[in-house]
Amino acid sequence: MPSNFWLITQREYLTRVKKRSFLILTLLVPVIIAAFGFFIVKIATSDNETQETVQVLDKSGQNLGQRLVNSPQMHFRPVAGNLEEVKKQYLKSEDDGLLYLPAGLSLATPNGVQLYAKGNVSIRKQRAVEDALDKLFSEDKMKASGLSQEKLDALKTDINVASINLDESGKEKNSNALATSGIAYALALLIYAFIFMYGVQIMRGVGEEKSSRIMEVMLSSVKPFELMMGKIIGIAAVGLTQFLLWGILSVGATSAITAIFADKLTAPKTETAATTATSADADQAAAAAVGRQVTSADGSAAATPAAAVSERFGVFKALRGLPLGMIAFGFVIYFLGGYLLYGALFGAIGAAVDDQTDTQQFMFPITMPLILSYIIGVSVILRNPDGPVAFWMSMIPFTSPIAMVIRLPFGVPMWQLALSIGLLIIGFIGTVWVAARIYRVGVLMYGKKITYRELSKWLFYKG
Amino acid sequence: MQPILQALNVRKTYGDHVALNDVSLEIPERSIFGLLGPNGAGKTSLIRIITQITGADEGEIRIRGERLAPRHIAEIGYLPEERGLYKKMKVGEQLLYLARLKGLSRVEATQRIKAWLQRLDLTPWAEKNVEDLSKGMQQKVQFIATVLHEPKIIILDEPFSGFDPINANLIKDEILALRDKGATIIFSTHRMESVEEMCDNIALINRSRKVLDGPVGAVRDTFRTQTYSVEGKGRLMIVHPDFEVLEHNERENGHFHDIIRLHAGTTPNDLLRYLIGNVEVQAFRELIPSINEIFIRRVRETMPETLMEEPVMP
Repeated sequence: MPSNFWLITQREYLTRVKKRSFLILTLLVPVIIAAFGFFIVKIATSDNETQETVQVLDKSGQNLGQRLVNSPQMHFRPVAGNLEEVKKQYLKSEDDGLLYLPAGLSLATPNGVQLYAKGNVSIRKQRAVEDALDKLFSEDKMKASGLSQEKLDALKTDINVASINLDESGKEKNSNALATSGIAYALALLIYAFIFMYGVQIMRGVGEEKSSRIMEVMLSSVKPFELMMGKIIGIAAVGLTQFLLWGILSVGATSAITAIFADKLTAPKTETAATTATSADADQAAAAAVGRQVTSADGSAAATPAAAVSERFGVFKALRGLPLGMIAFGFVIYFLGGYLLYGALFGAIGAAVDDQTDTQQFMFPITMPLILSYIIGVSVILRNPDGPVAFWMSMIPFTSPIAMVIRLPFGVPMWQLALSIGLLIIGFIGTVWVAARIYRVGVLMYGKKITYRELSKWLFYKG
Repeated sequence: MQPILQALNVRKTYGDHVALNDVSLEIPERSIFGLLGPNGAGKTSLIRIITQITGADEGEIRIRGERLAPRHIAEIGYLPEERGLYKKMKVGEQLLYLARLKGLSRVEATQRIKAWLQRLDLTPWAEKNVEDLSKGMQQKVQFIATVLHEPKIIILDEPFSGFDPINANLIKDEILALRDKGATIIFSTHRMESVEEMCDNIALINRSRKVLDGPVGAVRDTFRTQTYSVEGKGRLMIVHPDFEVLEHNERENGHFHDIIRLHAGTTPNDLLRYLIGNVEVQAFRELIPSINEIFIRRVRETMPETLMEEPVMP
């Protein structure tokens, strides 16, 4: 009966997709993502835009207060009077800070500068003031050492490092480390989350079949292997549907929010680029774009919106320079391979135990390599994608689904990719074999304390 | 006539545990067969081999002389002792799913489901989730799922356990109707008295071995003890070389109830003739051993050391 597998897959899919919780989760997550994204962008841009006013009380007698340069973030307004009066007036004013330059401030002794604020002084505010003062002092010091104003102007440079990726054939590619890492990170997270979320669903599903005692009825009609694989594939389809809907709805919700608040935000609509691409690409692009916006706001505080746009354009240019075909191909392989490998093991756990609470002891050794490969992946491998840790972890089938997709955007030698995929396939077949044996015996075994010794015996029971 | 199902020297082990040891059976077509024995005797193991949930280590099962093969799955309907349904699925959907797994087309399955639900008064529940049904109703749904694909062989493990008396009778009638339509029924139970009067043939299994089988009448005949129960009025004082009084009870108003065994070569008519000459006979009945008694006697004869121990599940 070749169609039984299809019937099982269909049931597993439909019963889950028709559940109300599926609908709620599918609708809720994009709203959360969009709200969260909006929140981040809002903070990032509002931080950039608002100019803070700081009163300057200059008692140094060197006219330093007049020479402080205003920036888009910081406006300096000189005030006069004695400190105590000025403080009282400042508290009544709407200004954000009061900078006090004490008498006797000189190049030799740049101490005693104080910054008053209502509430705590933020690091950003303090840094901006320090930068402004630094500039003054270093100019003065350089002048004192005999440099002319023209020389000083000539010395000012604005360096923008463009990184170029030289590949083995000697071809140059525009690379942007941030975009590459962003994609690597996003793909790894996607695989990790997918395996975890839906692997646990497989385990629960098998457990429910076992505890509801439907198993024996089912097995008088279908083979245990069909039942196990039908569930794994059916739940994979549920997961893909959910991720696809999340992708589409997130993009939709984000566009809607940005459209509503467009005039308040300078952020360009990265979504338009994303919607034209496939959903997986859309996720990557969106993730990369969001990641970029956050870092541009925090890292380069002085960047003007115009500069941000040009940087973002650089990201897309860098994306085009990446081995996108290889990434897509590898992602599909490792996504499916990793899910099937872990899915089979989760199914076996569900079959082996009677009670959901007993799953813990068996969950640990299975989730460990998954969690480890993710943690090490986003730290060690992301920093050194060609190192020995990266190499070995991308070869072992239990860690390669995550380790290899992190390496892919940085470029992986063909032989390594081929070897890793080969090992993954062998690992996958081996795991499914083991899982199927445990499953076959386990689903009809009730009321027995399951140990690893017991499980290993099941592997050799005759059909 | 060729038996519809044969087991030939079937052996099955789980690790060190022997579940079935050299078991052979023959089940005639269109009959009701009782597979009897205490819990853990090996009944369920044999059924799981017949339903192809597991395979035999040695020996084989034949359906109409053919070696058991995957195509026979559609010819067998199995109601396991551990019954279950998908709790979150609707009754109709669930039956459709189980029927289609047995190879029925959607259209045909839908028609039959409708007819069966009507027959067992479940039509109003077709769109309800299984978990909303009472236990009795769930069992009816399970029974429908077992017979929906019109299997030639219907295997019912502990068929009446958990059924209330009304539903048990309802199911009993349905089983007999299915037999009359040509199906072969296999009952597996440790409560032998529950199926005794329905079975045509039986096999007794104990400790992984078959200890006895054959038509119910023939089995009983071999275990007849020539013992009769007599009730009547008068003073019964038997002193006769051909009869032996095993039990004598005096009742009020000169009534009595005796258990009398005939010695070899004596017929019941000899006893009757003797009684009529002495007392007024009101009831005269042969005491036929129940299958349960036969089972215990047989086990005591063949493996006396095992009977006293509590049988254990694998």
